[in-house]
Amino acid sequence: MPSNLPEVIGMQPNQFNVDVANKLKVVSLVSVGKHPQSGRMRRADQDSRAVELGLKLTGDNHSGESLTVLHAGDPSEPSLRSYAGMGLKSVRVLQLDPAADAILPLGQHLQQCGADIVLTGVRAESGESSGMVPYQLAEKLGWPIVPRVADIVSVKGGVAEVLQALPRGQRRSVMVRLPFIASVDSAAPEARQSAFGPASRALMDIEVVSASVDDVRQAWEEAAARKRPKRLKVVKAKTAAERFKAATAKSQGDGGKVMKNESAAEQAQAIFDLLKEEGVLR
Amino acid sequence: MSAHNSHDVLRRDPRAEWIARNRLHPLHGSVVSADMGEVRGPTGLLRKNPHKVGFIGPNGIKRIDRLKGNAAGAGKGRRSSAAQDIQLPLHQVENPDFYVVVVPDMVGGRLTAHDKDVIGQAHKLIAGAEGNGAVLAVCFGQSKEEHFDTAGVDRLLLLEDEYYEGYCPEQRLAALVQVESAYKPLFWLFPDSVNGGSDLGSRLAARIGERPAVQAWLVDSDTSVCRGAGGTTDITRSTPRLLMLAEECADPIDETRHEALPVELDLVPAVIAQLQDRGQVAVDPNAISLAEAEFILSAGNGIHNWDQFHSAAAVLGATEGASRVAVDDGFMPRFRQVGATGTWVTARVYLAVGISGAIQHMQGIGQCDKVIAINTDAGCDMVKRAALSVIGDSEAILGELIKLAEDFRAQQSAGGDRDAA
Repeated sequence: MPSNLPEVIGMQPNQFNVDVANKLKVVSLVSVGKHPQSGRMRRADQDSRAVELGLKLTGDNHSGESLTVLHAGDPSEPSLRSYAGMGLKSVRVLQLDPAADAILPLGQHLQQCGADIVLTGVRAESGESSGMVPYQLAEKLGWPIVPRVADIVSVKGGVAEVLQALPRGQRRSVMVRLPFIASVDSAAPEARQSAFGPASRALMDIEVVSASVDDVRQAWEEAAARKRPKRLKVVKAKTAAERFKAATAKSQGDGGKVMKNESAAEQAQAIFDLLKEEGVLR
Repeated sequence: MSAHNSHDVLRRDPRAEWIARNRLHPLHGSVVSADMGEVRGPTGLLRKNPHKVGFIGPNGIKRIDRLKGNAAGAGKGRRSSAAQDIQLPLHQVENPDFYVVVVPDMVGGRLTAHDKDVIGQAHKLIAGAEGNGAVLAVCFGQSKEEHFDTAGVDRLLLLEDEYYEGYCPEQRLAALVQVESAYKPLFWLFPDSVNGGSDLGSRLAARIGERPAVQAWLVDSDTSVCRGAGGTTDITRSTPRLLMLAEECADPIDETRHEALPVELDLVPAVIAQLQDRGQVAVDPNAISLAEAEFILSAGNGIHNWDQFHSAAAVLGATEGASRVAVDDGFMPRFRQVGATGTWVTARVYLAVGISGAIQHMQGIGQCDKVIAINTDAGCDMVKRAALSVIGDSEAILGELIKLAEDFRAQQSAGGDRDAA
């Protein structure tokens, strides 16, 4: 690993260095979220993290000068204003029919406005929530996509260093050339609170666009999620003795290696070897 | 009258009866075998001779076979059945009409449970379609898996070249596009997981212009049910060509063996990658939440030198955990507690120091793969659960372990400098 990488990335916000921040153009795509328990409309969790990351990239003191928060859909949706309440002067809305496919107008808009970094959530909280929007945009624009971003560490000379969130809290460092699309993981820094006053004062910058209706989706049926059946432990035993064994056998009773009389150094060596074999010592 | 009666009088032979009753009499055999046919009692009831049932076993004890000869092999195979390896029936597909391609995650080079579910789903889709199809698994990177056959793989495409190692979604996508044009699969199946299946599936869907079913959990060849709106709705739709399947979407294959014939792919052009993998970054292990940490060093009542414990966790790169006693005594914060009242952990490796294993604690570590115990009591529950148990003073063993880990780190940094130079 090169020495200029930070050795330890904690939960603390790390110092961010952008030498081209004044020119950097970040677009955060936002959607209308849905609270998982109450079902109420809200700002989507991952999308608000994308806005937060955008605010960090462009510098808060410019009050989001080169950050554009973009939404395609209904501009009268009240939860859109809660994004503006994070300290934005305006929210850009491409007004569309709710049944329309937003990819084409979004792609055109992104190409026209010359964005450097496009941030989205991984998956929407309403609708199909397939997580395909960033991929389809990337395919349409020919840009690289970095999925599940936890942080953007630096942008230097047109190359960004991005931290990807991996399972089990691990991080991977990826270098990518601008412009690119990134989907922001739930491991990204939490979004700041939304303030009601600025939210209601913010300007909704509406542009009416036309888009084709998403025909495929019209044929789908949507219903509240059914509870999924739990997988049962099926015992495929042919005789009574096997069934009895399966019912009474202890699942964890096989017992491992026990080291009793060795010296502490030998015992420690055995533990160390096992840790290395399992690959947890990195 | 008397003559008439004399016909009906049953003449008994008391001596013959006596011999018949006495099994030890030398003439017993001849008397009993004389009436071999069915014997009826005075009321006309069919009588069985219990002495005639069964046979004398090899050690002189009478054995009665009540299974009527059905347990022919059972007696013999009893001892050897444990060692016997059951050969599952081989499922062969010659000249398949179509292919269903599965791209497993292969975390750590092995098929995950999720991957096996997806392969099971692929066989269900083949059963629902006409003609005989084969499951083609496309595996990237070095594979350590040895049981592709019992997992249900008919054809296996291993792409083990060095440019598939690490994080290279664009190169993998190029290979998948080549598979698409070479095999024209009926279905593409990906595990919808954070381990890369979802990413690769979305990339392929965008590239070949398919609209995928995501988080699909109930799939047949006509309709599929997927979770939508962040898992709060079910979308019922016709099954598309490309599916990203949720966990436990189908049962894994367990009753057949498959060929897992290796197949080759034409040379995939090397893609100029726009994403450059710089490797994993060292993460502060204590910033990872206990529930998802991979490696936990956990402390219990047997720890007396807490500074040493913390330094051991730091040098091993382990997330710290604790038993309830350690938390109650104030040595560790409450959010570090492992067990039924604390956090249920999923670590791959759990190193328990001085924890004897209350049942609440054992419940909390139920999902851990490898448990290592350091304890003074060889009879405690944690030692019974552990894959490796070390009986001795925890302070001495931790001290030696810290020394080993420090040596390892020193070597690692020296080696890293040499690599960089």
